[in-house]
Amino acid sequence: MAIDNAFAKQSIQEHFGSDLLGHEEPFGLLTIEINPEKLIDIVGWLYNHPELKMTYLTDLCAVHYPEQSGREIAVVYHLHSLPNNLRVRLKAFLPVAGGHIASLTGIFSGANWMERETFDFYGVQFDGHPQLKRILNMDEMDYHPLLKQYALEDETREDKDDRFFGR
Amino acid sequence: MVKLVEAPEGLEGQGFFATSLDKVIGMARANSLWPLPFATSCCGIEFMATMASNYDLARFGSERLSFSPRQADLLMVMGTIAKKMGPVLKQVYDQMAEPKWVISVGACASSGGIFDTYSVLQGIDRIIPVDVYVPGCPPRPEQIIEGVLKIQELARNESLRRRNSDEYKKMLESYHIQTS
Ligand code: SF4
Repeated sequence: MAIDNAFAKQSIQEHFGSDLLGHEEPFGLLTIEINPEKLIDIVGWLYNHPELKMTYLTDLCAVHYPEQSGREIAVVYHLHSLPNNLRVRLKAFLPVAGGHIASLTGIFSGANWMERETFDFYGVQFDGHPQLKRILNMDEMDYHPLLKQYALEDETREDKDDRFFGR
Repeated sequence: MVKLVEAPEGLEGQGFFATSLDKVIGMARANSLWPLPFATSCCGIEFMATMASNYDLARFGSERLSFSPRQADLLMVMGTIAKKMGPVLKQVYDQMAEPKWVISVGACASSGGIFDTYSVLQGIDRIIPVDVYVPGCPPRPEQIIEGVLKIQELARNESLRRRNSDEYKKMLESYHIQTS
């Protein structure tokens, strides 16, 4: 049997059933919404699966959707199976205030800095991370700048007159 | 042909030449500024061209780049300074010995440039005093040389007592820089 999106989806569905909350295939990329509490189980299972072999974490990031109350933060994981050249994207939705999810550092050491970055910019708490602190922004920063309620511009500029920017 | 620096104004006679100490020291300082390049991004690339043989900043007495702040006279800040980099820049400035000058090369160092964002310092003059600003994104090497020549002019005409004056100390204090 070919190891493709359909196979991956079916195997995950069979094994995790109700923890798989939805799926789609935009641009041919299998995207699965999962139950955040089962993250470690699912990723670990994909990692150790004898055929799928999802042993490479391409990326880990978050997205803020302010209008979805209760599930504002999507934490996104991109997994890659090198032998099969197959990719799977996992999404886990969390509330914006005090969103907790398990850290993947036990499975992928490379998740360490990516989780720190996601914490830095979105405030996602990764439980079990060995050293969850800011990585890119200055330590004194007291907010998570990519949450949509914060302005992108530096607020201390005084020379910007809205009239000159069509605002 | 080697072009020498002209002697300052003074009294000249057979076997002697008299002028003021200010002028001699000013001349010496201006023509042997040791720059410390603090190059963080694209403007730094222009600086590399400025130092290299086509433009050759060495022609103006800045042959020797100093990568130790202790030995440098001129801090050249070229490029985007992230807020996280701010304390580093300030410490480098602190470590330089007086007299010291600062040149801010490019829109980013001077005002934040196109990076009007939460993570970028909106001009290095928020943390250290700047003597000369070179506009441009990036400025051409000719402009950077022009900036260095302006610094030379400042160095040449600076009074020897300026750095001891209350005014100067107040200026440093306004940047929260300790004065001894
Ligand atoms: S001023 Fe322009 S060229 Fe210079 S560092 Fe900034 S973006 Fe780059």
